[in-house]
Amino acid sequence: MTIPGQQAPSDGPEALLTVDGLVKHFPITKGLLRRQVGAVQAVDGLTFDVRTGETLGVVGESGCGKSTMGRLITRLLEPTGGRVTFRGKDISHLGVAGMRPLRRDIQMIFQDPYSSLNPRHTVGTIVGAPFKLQGITPEGGVKKEVQRLLELVGLSPEHYNRYPHEFSGGQRQRIGIARALALKPKLVVADEPVSALDVSIQAQVVNLLDDLQDELGLTYVIIAHDLSVIRHVSDRIAVMYLGKLVELTDRTSLYAKPMHPYTKALLSAVPVPDPKRRTKRERILLKGDVPSPISPPSGCRFHTRCWKATDVCKAQEPPLLALEPGHQVACHHPENAPEAAAAGAAGG
Amino acid sequence: MTTAAAPSPASGPASGPGEPPTAFLDVRDLRIHFPTDDGLVKSVDGLSFQLEKGRTLGIVGESGSGKSVTSLGIMGLHTVGQYGRGKARISGEIWLDGKELMSADPDEVRRLRGREMAMIFQDPLSAMHPYFTIGHQIVEAYRVHHSDAGKKTARKRAVELLDRVGIPQPDRRVDDYPHQFSGGMRQRAMIAMALVNNPELLIADEPTTALDVTVQAQILDLIRDLQKEFGSAVIVITHDLGVVAELADDILVMYGGRCVERGPAEQLFSAPRHPYTWGLLGSMPRIDREQTERLIPVKGSPPSLINIPSGCAFNPRCPYADVPAGGITRTERPELRLVTGAAGGPGGGQHWSACHMAEEERTRIWTEEIAPKL
Repeated sequence: MTIPGQQAPSDGPEALLTVDGLVKHFPITKGLLRRQVGAVQAVDGLTFDVRTGETLGVVGESGCGKSTMGRLITRLLEPTGGRVTFRGKDISHLGVAGMRPLRRDIQMIFQDPYSSLNPRHTVGTIVGAPFKLQGITPEGGVKKEVQRLLELVGLSPEHYNRYPHEFSGGQRQRIGIARALALKPKLVVADEPVSALDVSIQAQVVNLLDDLQDELGLTYVIIAHDLSVIRHVSDRIAVMYLGKLVELTDRTSLYAKPMHPYTKALLSAVPVPDPKRRTKRERILLKGDVPSPISPPSGCRFHTRCWKATDVCKAQEPPLLALEPGHQVACHHPENAPEAAAAGAAGG
Repeated sequence: MTTAAAPSPASGPASGPGEPPTAFLDVRDLRIHFPTDDGLVKSVDGLSFQLEKGRTLGIVGESGSGKSVTSLGIMGLHTVGQYGRGKARISGEIWLDGKELMSADPDEVRRLRGREMAMIFQDPLSAMHPYFTIGHQIVEAYRVHHSDAGKKTARKRAVELLDRVGIPQPDRRVDDYPHQFSGGMRQRAMIAMALVNNPELLIADEPTTALDVTVQAQILDLIRDLQKEFGSAVIVITHDLGVVAELADDILVMYGGRCVERGPAEQLFSAPRHPYTWGLLGSMPRIDREQTERLIPVKGSPPSLINIPSGCAFNPRCPYADVPAGGITRTERPELRLVTGAAGGPGGGQHWSACHMAEEERTRIWTEEIAPKL
């Protein structure tokens, strides 16, 4: 039972984006009458905020709803329930026209640099499209501005008239970044921005995102499955499992002392590039696969794979509580927790 | 000296052509080229390595470095021919357990494939036939090589292997179709299929790339256990340095179709001697330590295999290309040379590296400039 008021962790800088009890269910229909027979509970009650100037990393396995979450906060999807507030304005159910002025402030970088760029448009048209759609003429004209953006992301202004197929994967991702930055957004949501790239190129793009944040004062929500990348880029990290937030805290405490068993297992499963540590490491092997989000397990959704699960986990859903200042966990039997807080969480 | 057709004695720890093999798997000067409309794609261009039974070799490289083409080449899965599109031109020698495969009769290679050497592919959904049950496919793989085995024996063997790779209720799941399995289970089933004939060489091409972290950990554990049990030689091909660090005894780093560095895993991570390996290590965000510094990426992008840069293939991206005097990096290909400062690792693994820079210089750069920043 989540009580939204209980967990407004608005310490520190103001929140740019607030998400409260966000739900997205995709209906499953059947038959001629398209009768609804069930729903994929992709996102099921998320509450968090994104603070101005920070990078929030969202991590989880496939099917945990992290991409759906990204599409909900950029309002590419309409939430089934809950609220998304951007700079004090409720945007959860705004229509296309209502969202249009806000599109300037919220932009997205996509995973696949091959399918996210129109192959029949030149780079100039692609990066210049936001100006056309918003009816803005930047100082010095669109062409000049686009060339400035290309330079900003490390491409050459001469690439203006080229087509996407003439570029490598890393360069295409830079084009996508230039497009996202064209209108000087406040919030950039990046969904797996580097997972399609080779290691050496991945590092170039990670550094570029870093520099741009410093230079333009951007706020990022970076969604990724790679815990090493998330550790490198994020200030705070949210861990998702089957549509729920299981842990939300700053980078240092998440990696130093994860409280949720799932986070702990996830961290221990990442292969460490150091052969000397292969034998010394304690590894938690989770059984089986992630259950289907169509009929998620009762109570705590992780109880089917958790080695600490008890009866209370099957019956009751653990609320997301701040067991330590700035460290929220949704678990009945948290690890590394202060004694009193753990007892409180177990008692419900 | 440019690349000669015959391997020079300095081209690595290979024995001369025609000589008997020195190891269980002995690949010598392997070249796999594909003629295309745009030019000759030199996917693999002079690769030599050895592998003993019971050991695991990790082949690391970025996309287009030739690692998958190498594995298909060893398995004899390229369409070979001198002319025509899509046909590979292959030269070199591949010795497996005392037999030379390149000059062998295709039927002979077919008999070995699946029985003595088997492969685990990256995407189990496309590597399995959607129309037949998992059991049917494993039974087929078994009976091709055991023509005397009855249906019942083969089925028993399939159930036994599914059980061994950790499929719950194997006697029931053996009749399921691939789409009824989850990604991790399909990968397990494919491992079962590869192991059904107790192969002595197992090639795993990106075995965990399509899987989630927690499932990846399960599969890596399984591969490690099975190797201990079966004692086969394993080649793991991956772009993920974390995965090789978990599995491999020896590591071979590929760049532009060639081996740039090779050695025992520990040494390659603790004392690499090639600027490209440094670049890979510097590009990688680390999960096991606090990292406030920026990543140190390799500039530029991997080379086109049609126009591999002359001289050292890495020279356009190498920050130290100017260190050896006289522009030698642009004119001469560096050969693999033994890293003398390094002691042989356990199992006699030697450390080889292909770089024009003097070894002392590289040791200095690594210890003073690169290692402290990682």
